[in-house]
Amino acid sequence: MSLEVLDAGALTTIQDLGRFGHAHLGVPRAGALDAPAAALANRLVGNGRAAAVLETTLSGLTVRTHRARTIAVTGATCEVTVDGRAMAHSEPISVRAGATVELGHASAGVRSYLAVAGGIDVRPVLGSRSTDTLAWVGPARVQDGVWLPVGTPEGAPAPLDVGVRRTAGRHLRIAPGPRADWINDSAWRDLDHAAYTVGADSNRVGLRLQGPPLHRARTGELASEGIVLGAVQLPPSGQLVVFLHDHPVTGGYPVIGLVDPDDLAICAQLRPGERVELRVQSSSGRGAGPSAGSSTG
Amino acid sequence: MTIERIIPVGAHARLVEVADTRAAVSLALWARERGVQATEIVPGAATVLFDGLTAVTDLPDALAGWRPDAPPARGRVVVVAVAYDGPDLAAVADLWGVSSAEVVRRHTSVEFTSAFCGFAPGFAYLAGLPPEWAVPRLDQPRPRVEPGSVGLADAWCGVYPTASPGGWRLLGRTEAPLWDLARDEPALLPPGARVRFEALP
Repeated sequence: MSLEVLDAGALTTIQDLGRFGHAHLGVPRAGALDAPAAALANRLVGNGRAAAVLETTLSGLTVRTHRARTIAVTGATCEVTVDGRAMAHSEPISVRAGATVELGHASAGVRSYLAVAGGIDVRPVLGSRSTDTLAWVGPARVQDGVWLPVGTPEGAPAPLDVGVRRTAGRHLRIAPGPRADWINDSAWRDLDHAAYTVGADSNRVGLRLQGPPLHRARTGELASEGIVLGAVQLPPSGQLVVFLHDHPVTGGYPVIGLVDPDDLAICAQLRPGERVELRVQSSSGRGAGPSAGSSTG
Repeated sequence: MTIERIIPVGAHARLVEVADTRAAVSLALWARERGVQATEIVPGAATVLFDGLTAVTDLPDALAGWRPDAPPARGRVVVVAVAYDGPDLAAVADLWGVSSAEVVRRHTSVEFTSAFCGFAPGFAYLAGLPPEWAVPRLDQPRPRVEPGSVGLADAWCGVYPTASPGGWRLLGRTEAPLWDLARDEPALLPPGARVRFEALP
């Protein structure tokens, strides 16, 4: 079975849970940016959680299935049609052999996920089928006209098991990061409820937050060090970057904060120009302030 | 003091500060060999990041046996053959106040250690150049640096695995495959590898 890509849209990539254990060689983790949405798509079609799905970026995607299969579209809100007929978002859809499946432009959010029963079965690279857009490890970005192999379905399609997760709020919870002391306490207080605009240059590497520049409390340079997913980096420009799945594995700008792992899916769906507020959490998860009692060595 | 500080990085990661690059490589190799339970063990210039720890509270105990002066788990020696005809060879000679031939002699006399990777898969930051030979990056990075280019920045040496923009001062080029997914170990210069450069005639 294969999926013929008729129109790949602006940027469609293959994603699974990501590529682990190679960060020390300079290989980013990659993986679906809105992981809960990708997991839901897989559940709806009866796939295991590690199956690879297609991730779109704002614009749509048109494919043709060469066998009858169950599919599902989750993540960013978009019109879903099969042979021109409107279908439900976030529900299993049975499609006949030769059907044309079209995902329209995202009307809310950025990244939609298309899962096909059996999963996208390209050859794994270093243990993963994910495309990393920083260094382009993994399968090439999806192009018009390619045929993507699809695996054998494993399980029965699931009925809708959780409600459609849509975040009502537009805020990101941020806790102090390893270099929280590179900004002072008053800057930390200002961060709480600070409003930012999502930068147009946001991508799978990072969500760029435009707003009043943050000033460093110390000068000098930080030697390059390992970076985690969700790290909030403060470059010399003072404009914060939230590192997403294709982030560089090491970096030399201080990581002042960490976005709550549960809010990374929000980061994946914030559109350029949208507003987002930060909510400062303490390391222990309660209240504001970075360093109650901890030293700033 | 062997480990200077263990900094929390969220619920499942810790950043361990050590004295210098040598200690960071040593700790990262030691922890990997000992099977410290982490998804990623990432050395930096003076830190090691342990990400995806199964038990963060156990980390101090797990690292207690490491000593920076213990004989380092030495990687294999990789010899990289270089054609020293890079566009910045003369500029580096000027910065050092020596001839181009002396730059080549110095660069081929150092045994480097791959300290950490970053920037691109297989791009290793090679430590070993004396600090007094540190050179500033280019003011204006080149839009394209050819794969295999061997360059210096600060006291680091690096070899570009793929074509990319770059601001390092380029001494020459090698044909050695820095990154090859067909190999068991795709990176030619993983952290801990010892590296010597050899001038092609």
